[in-house]
Amino acid sequence: MSAVPVAPGRLTADPVLEIRNLSVDYGYDENPVHVLRQASLTLNRGEVLGLAGESGCGKSTLAYAATRLLPPPGLITGGQVLFHGRDGSTADILSMSDAELRASRWQDLAIVFQGAMNSLNPVFRVGRQIADAIRAHRPSVSQKEALERAADLLDMVGISPDRLRAYPHQLSGGMRQRVMIAMALALDPQVLIMDEPTTALDVVMQRQIVEQIAELRDRLGFSVIFITHDVSLLIEIADRIAIMYAGEIVEDATAQDVYRRPRHPYSNGLLHSFPPLRGPRRELGGIPGSPPDLARLPSGCPFRARCPFVFDACAHVQPELVAPDVPGDDPRRSVACLRHDPDRVAAAGFTPVPVPPELALR
Amino acid sequence: MRFFVRRGIFYVVTAWAAVTINFIIPRLMPGDPVKAIMAKSQGRLDSSAEAAIRTLFGLDEQKSIWQQYLDYWNLLLHGNLGVSFTYYPTPVAEMIRQTLPWTVGLVGVATVIAFVVGTLLGTGIGWRRGTWADSLLPISTFFSAVPYFWLGLVVIAIFSVNLGWFPSSGAYDRSMVPAFTPEFIGSVLYYGTLPALTIVVSSIAGWILGMRNMMVTVSSEDYVTVAQAKGLSERAVVFGYAARNAILPQISSFALSLGFIVGGTLIMEMVFSYPGIGFLLYNATTNHDYTLMQGCFLVITLSVLVANIVADFVYAALDPRTRQEG
Repeated sequence: MSAVPVAPGRLTADPVLEIRNLSVDYGYDENPVHVLRQASLTLNRGEVLGLAGESGCGKSTLAYAATRLLPPPGLITGGQVLFHGRDGSTADILSMSDAELRASRWQDLAIVFQGAMNSLNPVFRVGRQIADAIRAHRPSVSQKEALERAADLLDMVGISPDRLRAYPHQLSGGMRQRVMIAMALALDPQVLIMDEPTTALDVVMQRQIVEQIAELRDRLGFSVIFITHDVSLLIEIADRIAIMYAGEIVEDATAQDVYRRPRHPYSNGLLHSFPPLRGPRRELGGIPGSPPDLARLPSGCPFRARCPFVFDACAHVQPELVAPDVPGDDPRRSVACLRHDPDRVAAAGFTPVPVPPELALR
Repeated sequence: MRFFVRRGIFYVVTAWAAVTINFIIPRLMPGDPVKAIMAKSQGRLDSSAEAAIRTLFGLDEQKSIWQQYLDYWNLLLHGNLGVSFTYYPTPVAEMIRQTLPWTVGLVGVATVIAFVVGTLLGTGIGWRRGTWADSLLPISTFFSAVPYFWLGLVVIAIFSVNLGWFPSSGAYDRSMVPAFTPEFIGSVLYYGTLPALTIVVSSIAGWILGMRNMMVTVSSEDYVTVAQAKGLSERAVVFGYAARNAILPQISSFALSLGFIVGGTLIMEMVFSYPGIGFLLYNATTNHDYTLMQGCFLVITLSVLVANIVADFVYAALDPRTRQEG
């Protein structure tokens, strides 16, 4: 692993964060809800990875679990989260001691949370809250120096440094979100997890923030996991997109591949639920039905009740992430659909059904 | 700054209203203090003495209510609260001066202890909810639910009658002369232990419960998660972010309870025969001692007011959102 910064926006096989088979349960009793099942995800250096899916599919749980910030009654039941440092060292965040974890947080991996409104402590000035993060990791830095750094950070996200002495309630929602981004960048982290950072903002502010993130990423070279339910937004800013459904990752491919050549029926449905701004008109269609109850998951594929391409094996065989069964596809992309996995279908004693043309677009 | 000036004006007006009401209420009450003294003497005073007593207390002059009000303010501003009817000719101000320090000292210290200990316990229990520490809640709530006089009597029965560890009544050893000597202070602490203990035990549940519940609410706030994600130490997260915000409602309750220190300790002072202002007020009420009552009421009202002012300013210092500045 080299420490050389890579050109942003380009896909490289230089992982900075690897989430392997992460499973999370909610509830301590005999019947916990399996909200995250064997989710695996790799974030490469300098990349923007989009994580999309509808509400309750486990996107935020994935982010919280990977950073060990899961509130009770959430419980990580298995998996690894490997972080590769700039110096080539590798550490499993899930098996770190409390002290190691504390030292790693914000320094290696910072988070911008969903509600910018509530992410700032209402009783402290924003400058102090940014300085707090700096001083927690660099005790030798004086409060004055930390505040100067905070002023620089605010300037970087387009907020006048004199707002350092403002309280959160004196800032607008967009400004608060910028402050949070500035705070996240305070220690020059390598990974930034953004959990729906623009949800509470209007579209103009949304665009400004997203452009700001892209611009800062180009300048500072960090990697981003961008969590949202807004697929159209992701297609614009993400290099790669992972689609989640009912606690599993069902498709993982470059943004353009997901947009132009979706391989999973769920991704295909998501893409047909918003209109393209340019290009030929196409028919808009929603996805019928609603997501399954995670406490009572159906057998086989969790999406089968809503899937237009369902066949007999879907009720019995659980799909796993494999390369799509479409000739000429990028070998690095993967999809969890039995239509693309004839071997598994045959092994279970069912007759494989070929990939429908809708899921094999070139 | 504008905030403080505005609050200041508000409190001046409130104080004026409180003093005025204190002036009006005894004049609306039925009964006649002179007749009460005559009745109490049970015929030992000649009926012709009534006029003499009236003159003695200055009740013979016919003054307009407005003139009385002005005189009242004039005397008040000179620190003159009149003369007690029952303990004639002791000035009321003198009696309050003698009893108030005992109440404020004992109950004040006990309240502060209860607040500090209760809030700390509540912080711990709220932060780590679901552990054995939760069982402290029902225990402490039990002690605050039992009637205070019963708790006081049980404590006296156990610790002073049976075990003989602590005295059962009084504020200090009667053989000593009040002075700032180590012996006398030691005696005051020794005599004050039991009453203070009962106050702490009976009032701590409220602090624990209030703080615990606020901690539970605040712990799930995003900014606490952010503080954790920032890699701050556990201590910094608990005290700097969670408890720092959870304590705000506690401050208001604390201010209210500071006000009650002066007025609300009647039962404690009766059970432990403690020479405080609550006991004084009780005597004043049973003896129809209007000037003494009025004096006690005034002190209680003003102390509640002062406690409120303090709380208001402390709250404003702790929570910028209440300051309404630009």
